[in-house]
Amino acid sequence: MCEWINVALPKGRLGEKVYKMFAAAGFECPEVLDDTRKLIFENEPKKLRYFWVKPSDVAIYVERGAADVGVAGKDILLEYQPEIFELLDLNIGKCRMAVAAKKGFRDNPERTLRVATKFPRIAGEYYSKQGRDIDIIKLNGSIELAPILGLSDVIVDIVETGTTLLENNLEPTETVVPISARLIANRASFQFKYNEIQTLVNGMKQQLEESK
Amino acid sequence: MNTTILKNEEKVLFGLRNLFGSYGYSRFKMSKFEEYELYVRNKDFLVSDSVITFTDTNGRLMALKPDVTLSIVKNTKETDGVQRLYYDENVYRVSDKTHAYKEILQAGLECIGDLDEYNLCEVLLLAAKSLELISDDCALNISHLGVTSALLERPELRPIRRELMTCIGEKNSHGIASLCAKRSVDTEITQKLQLLTETYGPADEVLPKLAAAFTDETAQSALAELKTVTAFLEQVGSVRVWVDFSLVSNMNYYNGLVFRGFVKGVPTGVLSGGQYDNLMKRMHKNARAIGFAVYLDLLERMTEEKEFDVDVLLTYTDATPIQTVLDKAAELTEQGNRVSVQKRIPEKLTYGRLMELK
Repeated sequence: MCEWINVALPKGRLGEKVYKMFAAAGFECPEVLDDTRKLIFENEPKKLRYFWVKPSDVAIYVERGAADVGVAGKDILLEYQPEIFELLDLNIGKCRMAVAAKKGFRDNPERTLRVATKFPRIAGEYYSKQGRDIDIIKLNGSIELAPILGLSDVIVDIVETGTTLLENNLEPTETVVPISARLIANRASFQFKYNEIQTLVNGMKQQLEESK
Repeated sequence: MNTTILKNEEKVLFGLRNLFGSYGYSRFKMSKFEEYELYVRNKDFLVSDSVITFTDTNGRLMALKPDVTLSIVKNTKETDGVQRLYYDENVYRVSDKTHAYKEILQAGLECIGDLDEYNLCEVLLLAAKSLELISDDCALNISHLGVTSALLERPELRPIRRELMTCIGEKNSHGIASLCAKRSVDTEITQKLQLLTETYGPADEVLPKLAAAFTDETAQSALAELKTVTAFLEQVGSVRVWVDFSLVSNMNYYNGLVFRGFVKGVPTGVLSGGQYDNLMKRMHKNARAIGFAVYLDLLERMTEEKEFDVDVLLTYTDATPIQTVLDKAAELTEQGNRVSVQKRIPEKLTYGRLMELK
């Protein structure tokens, strides 16, 4: 490889899984999985540089060129709509964006629907397609609390297993969009580091096909 | 002239003026304001949805220009032959993400009239040369909407046309597969759409693959045009010219060739352009048009950071004769140094060397 490749990985379990896919595609940097306080990890001979960032920030690092490639959830891509290339669906980190409400909630279409969410754009577009008048309440965490305390009628949030919802007497009512992790690339890096990025894409693709 | 004091974008701007002028393009100077109505009618043509507006003294709703092309087209008079115009202007936009106002320096050109293949080649040549002025390491990507639009006109694809265009623009092949599967689109059509996202490379490698897949007349003539233009560009320039079908622009305005330029070190495209005959039609102008813009504001980051604020810090005391200070400062500046003359050493000033006059 002749050019340094900067990779932004999402912190957490998903990121570790993703790193293993990168490594299996020939883009390894064993230090990455060490339990250290280091922020950046390099594989000098292979000219690879990895860094862990908050999952919702990966797309920003890639869009602005601090990272050439990265892995971000489709939820983040739909919400922030960064100008990047979405090269692969990695088929991991699978979950869905769903509408959830208190069990037995009756949606009264005569009233404005109050929607609490971390994803105002996704929620807004979903209801606008239905022509539904909504009041979006943007929250940054503990979304499930909103309908319980009467702050909102429903929530639009990521549902993995639905356990948290169930434990709080909530239930998913509609699926907005399925979510999974995507391999993304900066549009300019794609021009100048095409061979390296394409090698990575092919390596990942092969793993996806083998796991089918 | 000493050009070392010029910022990178200023150097490029001078170069572009010279380049455009040498091909007979005349400068189009315009006011910063335009009636808002022009943008309401052509909202989708704009990069950003929001326009900065205000009411003028006559009560008309005005806008700070978010775009130059629309104003040029509006003022185009129908004449025989081809009009060649260039501009370098600030445009004003609202960032979709931060909602902050932004002033953006743009330079570009428009070629309007009874265009033929020569005109298309000329504009693309100037786009390539513009990139060369910015950096030695640059790339120009070209696509032709004739291929894409014929396919997207199919009735079964119309309801998902917008989503498909987004996927093509993102090289999102899996997204196309999933959209098409939901609508039970024919496999052959799905594969053609996916081929567009994967088509990226030198014209001689890429075009034969497309020619085999897209056999309809519109697509074939589009591919032939692309072949002529890319073959011409490969002969004349040092810029890497590749075909990239993920380039999509709003087809209500654009048609034919579209292109985007990148330079190493800038994370987004620095040049964007295309043929916009459809915009001309919408604005009731009987002419064809092609043009491009260079986003000069993006080049700011490419300027090399200077190590120090000044090369020499020259200090003097109350006892130093003023003439001695003036002579020394003149001597140092004539040697090409950046000099700061001070009585005391300023706290935050960084300097290459210190020279003390007693």
